[in-house]
Amino acid sequence: MSNKDTIVDAPTVNKIARLSRLDIPEVNKENLTNDLNNILGFVAQLDEVDTSNVEPLASVTGHKLPLRNDDVNDGNIEDLVLKNAPEKSSGFFVVPKVIE
Amino acid sequence: MSELLDLNLVEASKALKNKKITSLELTNAYLKSINDTSLLGAYLEIVEDKAISMAKESDKKLIDGTARPLEGIPIGIKDMFCTKDIKTTASSKILENFIPTYESTVTQNLWNDGAVILGKLSCDEFAMGSSNETAAKGNVINPWLKNKKMSPGGSSGGSAAAVAARSALAATGTDTGGSIRQPAAFCGITGLKPTYGRCSRWGIVAFSSSLDQAGPLTRTVSDAALMLNSMAGYDQKDSTSANLKMPDLMDYLDKGIKGKKIGIPKEYTQDGISEDIVKFYEKSIDWLKDEGAEIIPVSLPHTKYALPAYYIIAPAEASSNLARYDGVRYGARQEASSLDEMYELTRGNGFGDEVKRRIMIGTYVLSSGYYDAYYLKAQKVRRLIKEDFENVYKKVDYILTPSTPTTSFELGKKQDPLTMYLNDIFTVPASLAGLPGVSLPVGLDKSGLPIGIQLIANSYDEPGLISIARVLEMSAGFDFIADGAAK
Repeated sequence: MSNKDTIVDAPTVNKIARLSRLDIPEVNKENLTNDLNNILGFVAQLDEVDTSNVEPLASVTGHKLPLRNDDVNDGNIEDLVLKNAPEKSSGFFVVPKVIE
Repeated sequence: MSELLDLNLVEASKALKNKKITSLELTNAYLKSINDTSLLGAYLEIVEDKAISMAKESDKKLIDGTARPLEGIPIGIKDMFCTKDIKTTASSKILENFIPTYESTVTQNLWNDGAVILGKLSCDEFAMGSSNETAAKGNVINPWLKNKKMSPGGSSGGSAAAVAARSALAATGTDTGGSIRQPAAFCGITGLKPTYGRCSRWGIVAFSSSLDQAGPLTRTVSDAALMLNSMAGYDQKDSTSANLKMPDLMDYLDKGIKGKKIGIPKEYTQDGISEDIVKFYEKSIDWLKDEGAEIIPVSLPHTKYALPAYYIIAPAEASSNLARYDGVRYGARQEASSLDEMYELTRGNGFGDEVKRRIMIGTYVLSSGYYDAYYLKAQKVRRLIKEDFENVYKKVDYILTPSTPTTSFELGKKQDPLTMYLNDIFTVPASLAGLPGVSLPVGLDKSGLPIGIQLIANSYDEPGLISIARVLEMSAGFDFIADGAAK
């Protein structure tokens, strides 16, 4: 992560866009690639920090995630769950046909 | 009308309880203000009928003696909070028609305590931005130097602008890397980010779950205390919610700061910070010293690395959180012949440029082969930043810093994403460490724009934070009103 100028090239940007499920118009790709390289170049400063023997910190709370009993405490709200769906039918979400 | 708008939250609450005014009068005054200041673009949705019916309900309770802590107080809600049956868009095109079927915990807490909703306030799209310019419906204008069209800051730009423009008596915000404190500084008001875990995240549109925290934007420190009293609290529905009772913050307003130790970190006065801000920072140090605080120079050696760590962690969490916008369950959908194409078109079309950039960065740093070098590295640096604060809090009680390196800037002037990110350089470290921080206005710069100073406390010490902030507020005596505020 130290090469400052081109960390991501056009094929890499295409690959990340694909992984992110984002359609990026061809005309925007050059600017986007530049922006990403600037940002990734900036964050590469972290290389200067010695982090050997440092544990990663994922949560600042310091407490263990609480557990609850595996009881049903909700439900029967099918209409509410589906209310904002762009397309629904007979109590289901509808998606384009998937053929494997 | 003007006398009603002159009352801050605590004063209005007293006037309501003493029956000098009614909530309907107050709410109508604010609805008129919203109309008078509509060019600022702070509101995305105004719910006049609901506001009036809630105000009438409050007036009944004020008369029959069952008034609650925020009874009859008209407030605005950042559009990141889900509000049942009221459109909630997070300022994104992808949610432009989303009407939640449930209420966020924080807003429910406010309604349970008698607050009246005026409407939903604009913000940067999914709270990603520092100028309110990434909002799908366009930027909000800062009520200060209104003819020059200055940025209100972001992401809670609509919330800060509305409070400064007197079109809301108080507002809610969310802060991930500075999104409450930076706009509060830009708009000359008070913005408080509580300790991570104090306010439930349930029903808040998720951006970066290990950092997101709700808090109040208000005219005064006392107003912030009263708002936060209602907003905070343990919630089973948020697994990171702190199961700790917060004392009544109103009891801590006049505790003073005699004998308290205030740390001044040397890393916060670097090149690029405006002269006027340095001047008021030094004044603030003197004010606190005059009130009996002991001033102690300290060092937070990893400060410089907070922003780069943040711009790995926050986009990584965002890319994961925003995967839910798939055009299937809610939100806009672009029709396509295959499922994958539908996802790509829906997301490509529904998200704005900044959100797309962050999803791309986040996806990259989490992708196979880069995870350790970026994401894990950033999490390790995050621990070092947290340890910096822990070490300093062995020696001092509070830390004083500027809120931002500059005052507000003209809209449309900062096009480069990286330059924009530098706005949050003083607010991001406390976010990464999960610490409570407050920005309050202490003066104006040469051009007449507000300057904010930040106080950072140790985890869960909101009571102490309020005490110190109140002392600084009294010393600064900031009583300016924005030229773009409702009269």
